[in-house]
Amino acid sequence: MAFTFAAFCYMLALLLTAALIFFAIWHLVLPEYLIHFFFCVMFFCAAEWLTLSLNLPLLAYHVWRYMSRPVMSGPGLYDPTTIMNADILAFCQKEGWCKLAFYLLSFFYYLYGMIYVLVSS
Amino acid sequence: MSTAGFNSQNGTGTGQTYANGPSQNPVAPQQLPGVGYGMAHQPTYNPMQAKAPPPPAHPGLYPSGPYQPVTPVCSYQPGPPHTSYPAASGQSLLTRPLMGGPPSRTPPQSASPGPRVPAAHATPPPPAVSSSGYYTNPQHPMAPAWQYNAAPQPMGPPATISTPPRGPVAGHVNPASSSTGPPPSTAYSPAPPPPPHVSHNVTQPPGPGMSRSPQHGYTQPGTAPPPMTPMAPHAYQPNRAPYGPPPTGPPPPTMKPAPLPIGLPMATNATPPPPRADGVPPPQPGTPGLHLGHYPSLPPGYQNTGYQNASAPHNATSPMHPAMQHATQPYTQAPPPYQQPHGGPGPAQLSPSLAAMSLQSTTPEALRVVNLLQERNLLPPTPIPAPTPCLQQDLQKINCHPEVFRSTLTSIPQTQSLLNKAKMPLGLLLHPFKDLSQLPVVTSSTIVRCRSCRTYINPFVSFLDQRRWKCNLCFRVNDVPEEFMYNPVSRSYGEPHKRPEVQNATIEFIAPSEYMLRPPQPAVYLFILDVSHNAVETGYLTVFCQSLLDNINALPGDSRTKVGFITFDSTIHFYNLQEGLSQPQMLIVSDIEDIFLPTPDSLLVNLNECKELVQDLLKSLPTLFEKTMETQSALGSALQAAYKLLLPTGGRMSIFQTQLPNLGVGTLQSREDPNQRAAAKDVQHLSPATDFYKKLALDCSGQQVAVDLFLLSSQYCDLASLGCISRYSAGSVYYYPSYHHQHTPAQVECFQKDLKRYLTRKIGFEAVMRIRCTKGLSIHTFHGNFFVRSTDLLSLPNVNPDAGFAVQMSIEENLDDMQVVSFQAALLYTSSKGERRIRVHTLCLPVVNSLSDIFAGADVQAITGLLACMAVDRSATASLSDARDAMTNAAIDSLTSYRQSVLTIQQPGLLAPACLRLFPLFILALLKQKAFRTGTSTRLDDRLFAMCQLKYQPLVYAMLMIHPALYRVDDLSDEGALNISERTVPQPRVLQLSVEKLSREAAFLMDAGTVMYLWIGRNCHPNFLTQVLGVPSYATVPDNLYLLPELDTPESQRTRAFVGWLRDQRPFFPSLQVIRDESQLKPTFMQNMIEDRTESALSYYEFLLHLQQQISK
Repeated sequence: MAFTFAAFCYMLALLLTAALIFFAIWHLVLPEYLIHFFFCVMFFCAAEWLTLSLNLPLLAYHVWRYMSRPVMSGPGLYDPTTIMNADILAFCQKEGWCKLAFYLLSFFYYLYGMIYVLVSS
Repeated sequence: MSTAGFNSQNGTGTGQTYANGPSQNPVAPQQLPGVGYGMAHQPTYNPMQAKAPPPPAHPGLYPSGPYQPVTPVCSYQPGPPHTSYPAASGQSLLTRPLMGGPPSRTPPQSASPGPRVPAAHATPPPPAVSSSGYYTNPQHPMAPAWQYNAAPQPMGPPATISTPPRGPVAGHVNPASSSTGPPPSTAYSPAPPPPPHVSHNVTQPPGPGMSRSPQHGYTQPGTAPPPMTPMAPHAYQPNRAPYGPPPTGPPPPTMKPAPLPIGLPMATNATPPPPRADGVPPPQPGTPGLHLGHYPSLPPGYQNTGYQNASAPHNATSPMHPAMQHATQPYTQAPPPYQQPHGGPGPAQLSPSLAAMSLQSTTPEALRVVNLLQERNLLPPTPIPAPTPCLQQDLQKINCHPEVFRSTLTSIPQTQSLLNKAKMPLGLLLHPFKDLSQLPVVTSSTIVRCRSCRTYINPFVSFLDQRRWKCNLCFRVNDVPEEFMYNPVSRSYGEPHKRPEVQNATIEFIAPSEYMLRPPQPAVYLFILDVSHNAVETGYLTVFCQSLLDNINALPGDSRTKVGFITFDSTIHFYNLQEGLSQPQMLIVSDIEDIFLPTPDSLLVNLNECKELVQDLLKSLPTLFEKTMETQSALGSALQAAYKLLLPTGGRMSIFQTQLPNLGVGTLQSREDPNQRAAAKDVQHLSPATDFYKKLALDCSGQQVAVDLFLLSSQYCDLASLGCISRYSAGSVYYYPSYHHQHTPAQVECFQKDLKRYLTRKIGFEAVMRIRCTKGLSIHTFHGNFFVRSTDLLSLPNVNPDAGFAVQMSIEENLDDMQVVSFQAALLYTSSKGERRIRVHTLCLPVVNSLSDIFAGADVQAITGLLACMAVDRSATASLSDARDAMTNAAIDSLTSYRQSVLTIQQPGLLAPACLRLFPLFILALLKQKAFRTGTSTRLDDRLFAMCQLKYQPLVYAMLMIHPALYRVDDLSDEGALNISERTVPQPRVLQLSVEKLSREAAFLMDAGTVMYLWIGRNCHPNFLTQVLGVPSYATVPDNLYLLPELDTPESQRTRAFVGWLRDQRPFFPSLQVIRDESQLKPTFMQNMIEDRTESALSYYEFLLHLQQQISK
């Protein structure tokens, strides 16, 4: 029972995921992407490959999503001129709900992961 | 009642045969053509109805620009119809006489007309009875019956009617058989070919008509025909005189030959054949037309010999009265459905196909099955009216005018799954700020609105009692305010349902102060002019300054009106026009990176106080920059400066730009590769390169500033990026490619006229528009120029009368227990006089639960318009090829769905309901439209401008861009002409866009919306050249002729009257180009021949084959 780097990563991810859950609802896109990227890097450093592979698809999605955003000079993902179209709005909301579900599940997974690492090491 | 009537119709079998027809009938009554709306919308084609409606006037009505919104006034003839409806045979007789009356007024084209006519319904019943006995199909009888009653002799009393018809019938027997074939066609295709038929009937209503009545022949020849003829006469009587001539001796005889009893279904198709040759024919009236019928070059499928005969006669007639044709057609149409009870011959002769027909006969004309591969001349000879929703007539009478508010489906499906099955887009097309000649304006301290959904009270709410009304959008029950109990119009108390708000679907309120966030803004106009070397070269400054000088007193506004000017090249120039100065003072700001306003207070000045200074400036501007050698353009900075200037008040900026902005913020690069213009693969760069203009537009929108863009450039200007500035600030875009004051005189004239209209048209400031719909429906996408502020609220810093909008809708909750749904568009704006006003339009549509009813209510033009908008979006977000595929698929999907779900009897061929018969044609036209075509050299800016136009233009004008109208103009005559303010406007028929319609001996006018082409055939009659063009021979027609000389000859007057009349119908100015065979513009003209094949695109027939192939997969 030792407090390893991996355990630290899980703990951090646990806390940050709690934040992500809210960001996914409020559509704070950039902080969400950055935080997610951040703990992906942390897991990479901690060599938690399973956890990392679980997060990779979402990471890839984020990269793709941001690359294909509408033409705009500032940061951001949503174009004010199209976001009110019901189909785009609906898509973004669905996207938000899906991520919420993912983050909720990951929250418990990280909790489990942290305890598991603490216990096993 | 509507509902009840409605249902019964559909459901009922024999007893209420008319029911079927009728389903649309309800509509018919509404049509009261004359009154309310000039237009005839009789989209649905009920064969039966057709007869009644014929009302010919169409041409006149249609064009009539102003529509009279409510016009409760209009007496509609419904009365009779209603009665007729319920009352079966007995009344029918009575009704007939009435019929005569109604027809006359209806202008609608032949195709649509049918439905509305109430009278028609009435009549049907009797026949039904008789027929029923005879035929298995009860429904059919109706049609025949109809004829009986109605037609026999228009004049003759009822009693006579029944008998007389038969007599004639017998005589016609032969024709009858033949007629069967043709009639269907006529009914529906009335447009091109049929017209001739019609005309015949009409023209020789009494005697000859009777005898001929070929169409009817097949059923009960005698009976059916007679009715037809009689009807026609009534309707037209006013006009008849002119038509009279058609009396082709031959026709009757021809009929006989026709008699091919060929399958009825065929018959329907038959119609097309005749026209083909005929279409041209106007000139060749006399010929019996038998030969005409053939399509020489057409693929085998097209030739139905049998029909041709029948059609031939039509053709012959056709030449006579193009206009009339449609009117007449309706009558003709009728025949198909009926299978004459008596007509011993009929049944016997009927082939299986005929039987199939009969089954369908029960269906409304809009659903008449058309085999597109066989019917060729589907295009109606006159503009296509909007279909009329199938509502009970008192509702329809007050419904919103289709030019203002139109739905792609005039019958709303009950559920989303039903809508999905139909595979047709559901949406609304609006023209909310259209110039109206009659608009009721209500001044009231309280505007009555629903307390929960804020809907304005409208004609479609229900009054539970004197003091309560139920909202038709959210169904909440509201109290009627005390004030509303008093009716200012009739000065009576206690009749809230008689208030103008409840009598008019289009109404304007003067809004009290609760509707203002700030005091109404003054009219503020800021002009931003490009004065770089390139701009000076084009010479537009002179035209602009002159136009503004001429119209400076006509600028909409009041005593607070302000104007300002900014010019720019690589620096920004402001003009201090403050009162007291002896001359305008130019202030130059060269720091374009950090723009500031040198004297914020005196740049925008009160027009009335400083008019002289403004005029001085306008006079000196053109010379001020004459010698400039500055080639750069700092448009972005000029816009920022202008934004700062308008920030406190809001208003309108007009930008005149002649080149790519290449300095400072908002710099754009040339993205077009000229070698890729004709690329068959995907077109790049359809979306903006930078969001600078979009962001600025959004800022402007937030400050109630609209930006209008005039682009006059021969070079690539990146309209995709620049256009955003107008698109999101609710401005408009004008584009004059290759503008030059000397080289392109047509463009100069066009620019002048457009400017005049632009400067003087009505304008609304700080506007918002909200579109509400009945609970269960929701709007999901908007098209047009605006910023969407919330899911149903459009922010329109300026609104102008030339802006159109479209929305797509979905059905979120089932509309199970609703008979009708309503849509309300409310536009809140500040008039140029500083009044806050609300213009409210309410549209009411029936809800249906069967696929066939949905198809029957499809409005092919609106669908095309909406699809075009969707395709523009698709090209920007996905790719052009995606958008093209999507359009083709839209046609395939809806026709497949029709075939699989609605058609009970499968037949070979490409089948479409009559109301969608033009759908493939319009889709093909879209694919060949500048915006979406591939493989033909198209400049990127031209393409993008076409896209802007498709989204921004109201449907009527957009349709001309998509499918131009072709007229033969060398033989204009006064027949069927309209009389408008003492001018006689000839009404040639609309021809199909195919080279086969052209003839070297003639001259043709193609009206493509923003431009008109006058094509002169090589062997054009010298008379036309000298009398209209003022040149002695073909060889001397100048290449750059863009004006019709004002010659004092009847030919010249007619031609100019016609061209002028076409121009008057639209707010922009189409330039006229005269084209000879050698002209450089000839390819442009030929590209509009959309039914023909080009190197890169399919011909219409090939396209149909492609569709068929896809559908039968």
